Amino acid sequence: MAEPHGAVAEHNPNLRHHFDSMEQQFDSATLGMWVFLLTEIMFFGGMFCAYMIYRSMYPAAFASTSQHMNPLWGATNTAVLIVSSLSMALAVRAAHLGQQKALQILLLITIFFGLCFLGVKAIEYHEHWVDNKVPLIGGHWDYSNTPEFPNQAQYARQAQILFCFYFFMTGFHAVHMIVGVGLMLTIFAMAHKGKFNSSYFTPVEISGLYWHFVDIVWIFLFPLLYLIGHTKNLI
Amino acid sequence: MHQLPSVRSYVLVWLTLTIMTFVTFYISTIDLGDWNIVVALLIAFFKMMLVILIFMNVKAESPLTKLFVGAGFFWMVLLLGQVAIDYISRTWMPEGKMW
Repeated sequence: MAEPHGAVAEHNPNLRHHFDSMEQQFDSATLGMWVFLLTEIMFFGGMFCAYMIYRSMYPAAFASTSQHMNPLWGATNTAVLIVSSLSMALAVRAAHLGQQKALQILLLITIFFGLCFLGVKAIEYHEHWVDNKVPLIGGHWDYSNTPEFPNQAQYARQAQILFCFYFFMTGFHAVHMIVGVGLMLTIFAMAHKGKFNSSYFTPVEISGLYWHFVDIVWIFLFPLLYLIGHTKNLI
Repeated sequence: MHQLPSVRSYVLVWLTLTIMTFVTFYISTIDLGDWNIVVALLIAFFKMMLVILIFMNVKAESPLTKLFVGAGFFWMVLLLGQVAIDYISRTWMPEGKMW
């Protein structure tokens, strides 16, 4: 009882009482975030699985339909997300090293590229809306022959399936991006208030994990949705 | 906390990822038949591993975290693999289709 509790005197204010050390607290938070990301893998995994089945059933229709996606926008967005992942990784590094100014600047860069991605996505969705390629909304679906894409009308019904996958998969991905931008704004506000230092930056680290995960989903969506009909060999 | 990768390795990973994006794009314009999708997915897998190991720094995480990350992959392999085996093997039957 009379023991002086020397360890308590050096207690880090950011260390929760149920953890032994900052190291253990950090590892627990990282592991917990990965558990959440595993549920996200299951969430997107179901859609990838359904996509795999329908693509194996209608390969020609999927290849033909994919030509309505603009691979240049898709590639641009891939590059944009990769840059944002770089700035995010550097932000975590800056937080780790206690560089507060660099952390805030890098978070703003990450947010900027995240918004760029969403802007490009909005342009693409608008193009599909104008081209009547939205299968779920009455009066916005037209898959008849056009001069640049002849003989596509035969795939009208299967094309709806690919466009459903396209809108659901990129849509849920975009929702994750919006959440990610909100997350980054929160982290930026916390960094601005000086909540982080080189011994405590767990929120930066685990938000970074989320951001990179969303990037990984897009790395797979890009070739699977945009590039399958690129060779035009299956029409 | 953990050993962090250097700025140099972050930039190298970013450069590789960007180059790989262009490679994916370019290869998709070449007709490789059934191999188009295989190459595209192999490149995507390679890019994913770079992001996970370096950007997410799983390389330096605890063995427990690595196990959890591995479990995620294992689950995906089960889901996609088992379903693929079902759909691929259906056409092996004499009638061609089972349903």
